Amino acid sequence: MLEAVNLGCTRGDRRLFKGLNFSIQPGELIELRGANGSGKTSLLRILSGLSAPAEGEVRWQGKDIRSLAEEYSGAVSYLAHQNGVKDELSAIENLRIACGVSGNVLSKADAQTALEQVGLSRQQHLPARSLSAGQKRRVALARLLKSSATLWLLDEVLTSLDDTAIKLSRQFIGDHLRKGGLAIIATHQELDLVAQRIQRIELSP
Amino acid sequence: MTAHSLHSMFGWLVWRDLILAWRRRADVLATVFFFVIVVSLFPLGIGPEREILRAIAPGVVWVAALLASMLSLGRIFGNDYQDGTLEQLLLTPQSTYLIVLGKILAQWLVSEVPLVIIAPLLGLQFGLAQNSLAIMVVSLLLGTPVLSLIGSIGAALTLGLRAANVLVALLVLPLYIPVLIFGTGAVQAGIGGTSPEPYLLLLGATLIVTLVFAPWATSAALKISVE
Repeated sequence: MLEAVNLGCTRGDRRLFKGLNFSIQPGELIELRGANGSGKTSLLRILSGLSAPAEGEVRWQGKDIRSLAEEYSGAVSYLAHQNGVKDELSAIENLRIACGVSGNVLSKADAQTALEQVGLSRQQHLPARSLSAGQKRRVALARLLKSSATLWLLDEVLTSLDDTAIKLSRQFIGDHLRKGGLAIIATHQELDLVAQRIQRIELSP
Repeated sequence: MTAHSLHSMFGWLVWRDLILAWRRRADVLATVFFFVIVVSLFPLGIGPEREILRAIAPGVVWVAALLASMLSLGRIFGNDYQDGTLEQLLLTPQSTYLIVLGKILAQWLVSEVPLVIIAPLLGLQFGLAQNSLAIMVVSLLLGTPVLSLIGSIGAALTLGLRAANVLVALLVLPLYIPVLIFGTGAVQAGIGGTSPEPYLLLLGATLIVTLVFAPWATSAALKISVE
């Protein structure tokens, strides 16, 4: 399904990694590990299509993602360090607008259910400015939950989440994998997830 | 991707930017006040000689419009870049060209249209006749979208840089010159009693050309800036 062929990445003069090969099929999970600055985020950005690799290519269903462009974007959901949550909008507006912009219109009731699932039903009308870091992360999780993407790219997904929310996100990711989704997760924590196959990629400088 | 869902994604994007602008309306008002004040300073500074005022009116209004529109360029992509929503937008199954076009449209509606509306009132201070005021509005209506379109290229290129505001001015102002010449030319022709039509046609042609090419250049610049 997704295949990395001989990927290499440089930042300035520094080589982060090279000759990286892996592939992932539906229902499978890849855990990305490595010290700070080892290139986990860079790799996820390359896989999302936001940056171009210095060498090699990423293939989705056998085709280079650079040539697929928007077609590929529809299949991917990328949860970055930054939540991509607008401070001026309320939680529910953030969710509905983010979904609308990516082409799956979400009714108010659906959005409310999703926010309830991530435990934000009481805060849904507060502007995101007044939400805590963890609560903003939950809004981003709700967006992930409502996306129709097959491939989830998650960067330190558990950061600033409390125990309940960590449990929840594990459950979401587990459900996604069971439904035949793919996930590539950069993390420092133990994920304890069940998947058809779990690969670990250790990035070392 | 059906035409309908493309249409709706574009609509959501423009709607999003309009809501955001409304929630931050102080920023928008600042631009409008800047325009009003700059234009109003000239009659105060130069004095009430009607002939002089009438001669400088087109240039003053147009230059003020260029400067005011520059002030709002940083907001096209700046805030979205900082909170990570720009990345999310670029990852939607919508072409970058359309995303850029939607954001430019919203910026034009929010920051430029108020200038077009208020310009005739300011023109009265310069003793412009009614038909010259009408020509001014038409020239601004054709010219300000060009400012947004060209400005978006500069905004995308300087995204995330430290001296972004100064750089944008250096990059974009020279490119605004044709619009300034055609725009003031149209109004001057109106004041002088000749036909403004050639100038307006040139403005229209500039608008069509930039409408096709600017979003494309902006998309390319955005992809580089986000990477």
